[in-house]
Amino acid sequence: MLSLKNVGKRFGSLTALDAVGFEVGAGEVVGLVGDNGAGKSTCVKIISGMFQPSSGHIDFDGQPRVWASPHEALDAGIETVYQDVGLASHLSVDANIFLGREMKLPGLLGRLGFLDNSGMRSAARADTHRIGIRLPDVGAAVGDLSGGQRQAVAIARSISWARKLLILDEPTNHLGVAEVEEVLRLIGRVRDQGVAVMLISHTLPHVMAVTDRIVVLRLGRVVAQHVTKETTTAQIVHDIMGASEEEIAAHVR
Amino acid sequence: MLAFAETLVIITGGIDLSVGAILGLSGIIGSLVLVTLTTADHSLTAGLFAGVIAAMLTGLLIGLGNGLMITRMRVTPFIATLAMLGIATGLTFVLTNGVDVSGLPPVVATLGNAVFLGVLTVPIVVTAVIGIVVGLYLHRSQFGRWTFAIGSNARAARGAGIPVSRHLVKVYVLSGLLSAAAGILVVMRLGTGSPLEGSNDELNAIAAVVIGGASLFGGVGTVLGSVLGALIIGTIVNGLIVVGVQPYWQTVIIGVIIAVAVMLQERGRQKEAA
Repeated sequence: MLSLKNVGKRFGSLTALDAVGFEVGAGEVVGLVGDNGAGKSTCVKIISGMFQPSSGHIDFDGQPRVWASPHEALDAGIETVYQDVGLASHLSVDANIFLGREMKLPGLLGRLGFLDNSGMRSAARADTHRIGIRLPDVGAAVGDLSGGQRQAVAIARSISWARKLLILDEPTNHLGVAEVEEVLRLIGRVRDQGVAVMLISHTLPHVMAVTDRIVVLRLGRVVAQHVTKETTTAQIVHDIMGASEEEIAAHVR
Repeated sequence: MLAFAETLVIITGGIDLSVGAILGLSGIIGSLVLVTLTTADHSLTAGLFAGVIAAMLTGLLIGLGNGLMITRMRVTPFIATLAMLGIATGLTFVLTNGVDVSGLPPVVATLGNAVFLGVLTVPIVVTAVIGIVVGLYLHRSQFGRWTFAIGSNARAARGAGIPVSRHLVKVYVLSGLLSAAAGILVVMRLGTGSPLEGSNDELNAIAAVVIGGASLFGGVGTVLGSVLGALIIGTIVNGLIVVGVQPYWQTVIIGVIIAVAVMLQERGRQKEAA
């Protein structure tokens, strides 16, 4: 469904991505792993329209596409939860869930841009309930929530809108054990609805637990692709570092 | 009125230092157009109409200039609007040589000062109506929601598909238009176009907005709060005059008020973070 072909991205003289290519199929959970600076986040931002590739292209639903803005990617059904962007903390939970896609009042007032706040509130309540996220009142400001609750809101927001592809960039960072389980469970539910999921994470046990396939990036290149069931954490670590655990341990000593 | 303009801009996390200068320049341009047309024997209605259009156009263009400088050229709002403050104030004096624009038809002052129902004048009513419209629009519409979202977290807003740059341009244009409308009302009240009007008014506007509870870091603020802030400042200034303090102290006091208000806000923020 989504396929990157020879995608490169340069920032000035720095090459962040070099001829990256991989595929994500519908209803498939693909892990994208790599060390800091391997190009994971750059890759995410190209797929979600934040950055434009310097070379290569993306096929989406069989069509070559390049998003000029996040808006176009969203319209195509691609939702992203960024690790470093987050939510508008001054706004309420429901305002965040509907941000950029607010429901308007019917009739003339709606044409003038007036919002259907009570409609959005009850829809947000129903959505979070359906997904199984426990939150205090959806009218609460996001800034007043805990880290885990905020992450839940960000994911709830994306799940409500993702039609084709959900990208999660480090969704389990800063979360407690119970909250991590909640997030991993949500990923499974999204996949069951036929939506493709890309999981970007440093935490290999989480990646091993929920993905179908794993793509390993190192220094801006795809160095390995594995079917999760047929590989081991040690193998992934080896691919990420470009050396085996024993070699690294010997080096550190 | 200027406080409404400033409220919108400050909620986005920006600042508009040019509101007072826009007020001055648009008032002068409106007056000049009106005087030129009426002395050239055009009808009074046409003159009034053209004067108002010219003034609003001035505000629109300066606001557009601010918005484009900030979004396209990535100049910080502070510097962009400071530059615009200089340009607009300068143009005001270039156009007038520092002399009042007189010879406006008397109907302007009559309209501006006619009292009905005991206390109401046209400028008061117009300000109130615009305040209610801006307030509703800011707090109930998608435009307003996006304004808060950008001030709260511009990157999240962009990630959510909000056209952030275009929205910011709109906000600064709106700020320019509101400032120009304020310029027209001031001319109506005075019956002449004075090049000194509007100077230091950005100080009052920012003070009103900050006292009204808006955060200079963006994401927080209400039109009602700013109205109350403006009333408080007005009361303080009037009180100072009544007790016989030299008027030169006014800007000093308002400056102190801004500093104290922001200091208290910053303290609240740190407490929240801790």
